[in-house]
Amino acid sequence: MPPLLDVRNLEVRFFTRDGVVHAVNGVSFQLHEGETLGIVGESGSGKSVTMLSILRLIPQPPGRITKGEVLFQGVDLLKLDEADIRRIRGSKIAMVFQDPMTSLNPVLTIGRQITEVLETHLNMSPQEARQRAIELLRMVGIPNAAERLNDYPHQFSGGMRQRVMIAMALACHPQILIADEPTTALDVTIQAQIIDLVKRLRDELGMAIIWITHDLGVVAGLAHRVAVMYAGYIVEEAPVLELYHHPRHPYTLGLLGSLPRLDRRERRRLVSIDGMPPDLLELPAGCPFAPRCPYAFDRCWEENPRLEEIAPNHRIACWVDVQTGRPR
Amino acid sequence: MNRNGQVLLRVENLVKWFPITRGIIFTRTIGYVHAVDGVSFEIRRGETLGLVGESGCGKSTVGRTILQLHRPTRGHVYFDGIDLTQLRGGELRRMRRRMQIIFQDPYASLNPRMTVGQIIAEPLEIHGIARGKEARERVEELLRLVGLNPIFADRYPHEFSGGQRQRIGIARALALQPDFIVCDEPISALDVSIQAQIVNLLQELQERFHLTYLFIAHDLAMVRHISDRVAVMYLGKIVELADRIELYENPLHPYTQALLSAVPVPDPAVEARRQRIILRGEVPSPVNPPSGCRFHPRCPIAQEICKHVEPEWREIRPGHWVACHLAA
Repeated sequence: MPPLLDVRNLEVRFFTRDGVVHAVNGVSFQLHEGETLGIVGESGSGKSVTMLSILRLIPQPPGRITKGEVLFQGVDLLKLDEADIRRIRGSKIAMVFQDPMTSLNPVLTIGRQITEVLETHLNMSPQEARQRAIELLRMVGIPNAAERLNDYPHQFSGGMRQRVMIAMALACHPQILIADEPTTALDVTIQAQIIDLVKRLRDELGMAIIWITHDLGVVAGLAHRVAVMYAGYIVEEAPVLELYHHPRHPYTLGLLGSLPRLDRRERRRLVSIDGMPPDLLELPAGCPFAPRCPYAFDRCWEENPRLEEIAPNHRIACWVDVQTGRPR
Repeated sequence: MNRNGQVLLRVENLVKWFPITRGIIFTRTIGYVHAVDGVSFEIRRGETLGLVGESGCGKSTVGRTILQLHRPTRGHVYFDGIDLTQLRGGELRRMRRRMQIIFQDPYASLNPRMTVGQIIAEPLEIHGIARGKEARERVEELLRLVGLNPIFADRYPHEFSGGQRQRIGIARALALQPDFIVCDEPISALDVSIQAQIVNLLQELQERFHLTYLFIAHDLAMVRHISDRVAVMYLGKIVELADRIELYENPLHPYTQALLSAVPVPDPAVEARRQRIILRGEVPSPVNPPSGCRFHPRCPIAQEICKHVEPEWREIRPGHWVACHLAA
């Protein structure tokens, strides 16, 4: 079966006064129906820009998608005109952001913001839309849904606002839900509620999810497959168990080593990754991780490795075999 | 890690209420935020006490009230036997040399108009310890100590990354050779790979200078990693306190249990087996905390007594304290 979403060699640049920011540098991945893909990376790794570019939501200028294809059910979203991409955005592919307060309109009631989506995309009458909005709020676990429809965003707590965002995203039965760090601003007990909710809705509605996060813990229990991003590249991608149990890229290894584990009693020194992520204005010629990599050798400084399959469904962009510490 | 060491800091029934006021010309107080509502604990010399809790639980206020950055509403803070709450002016300033704080936000806690050298030398000058060339030498030594190049002394904070700025904040805190440092969420704003660097640095410095830490954070895994003992706060109260292994392996308070179960573990195999305790609702307002046990409206095992009677703070096993009617 062809993938639901097939991103091929996506490249995004920001043309700023200081120079060209190489935000996304040839990213390719696929998403299949019903699948949950986790995208892990630190700030500036390009994970959010990749997702925003898929829906053509990056500000242009200064941003520009300079290369690549984004095939959704075989149609290249990058070639659609504005009216056509609007029909897909928010209805077939919906997105939930980190900060619900800035993604909701503060001067409109929650009810109006949801019914607007339903009236625009699904041509519902105001009465139908209102009824459906109540159902949606109930579905995401908001108590007194009918009354809360008349409240404004500031009257909701952070966790409740994120539920509202999820309700809005699900309003048109999307086939893909893109969640960009939706729980990062929330406390752990509220994060647990939201993840629990998303898992339940995923099973009920059967949608595919792309979950973007910096937290390797969050996607461990949620994703089927995980891609790790660094400096605008996918550096490793594998099924979830494989990635956590047999990480093969030195950056993934470093990330896992730098996390203390709640389920382990012994105290070991954290393996930190020295240095800092590269400046995206001036990417090095070789592997972008080489300056911080404990395994780096000559070739890593000269030639940037491409993402290659090294085991079934396991891809890495690295010249080194971390098991032996020598070149592959 | 001095288990039977001498007590350096003793906090007794500490209370901090912030007034809520109305009116501009005739200001009147219409209520209080019960930020900290009676907490007691001790920290031994050379020990790290972790203080965890979700946003708004009062953990940062505890740290600031200990240092008398906020004056407590009630209660006592004994530092090396001296009650800080009774000190004023010069006496307090002399004690402050021995107590420092590292803040969460490395972007906001450094003056952008001062060079790094000036920032680190400022405490030396204020306390009349060193100035001029001597201060400069001390600054360079401190920069080396926190892993920065001494030539950075002439640069400004905006030229540094988040992790480097946090190192500058640590150098400033160490300038006066303190005994005790309040680490107020020192790594929350940093990327994962940088967090481990800072935590390792804090641990090295602790060993080298025999420092005592109060480590405030919401990341339970990191707190367990760095602390000897851990206290859990909920809505202005400490609900449980125990040795780092005891607390995580044998949590007695239902809130601690829920909090621990909510933390994702970066291992899909572990995640697949885990049972989460999903708490109902959200943290109530600290303006009107619930009667009886403050956790009762969200507690999965609450009984009638929990609604009316505030649970006693009791030592259920040697060194393991809990405030719950039902813990045994």
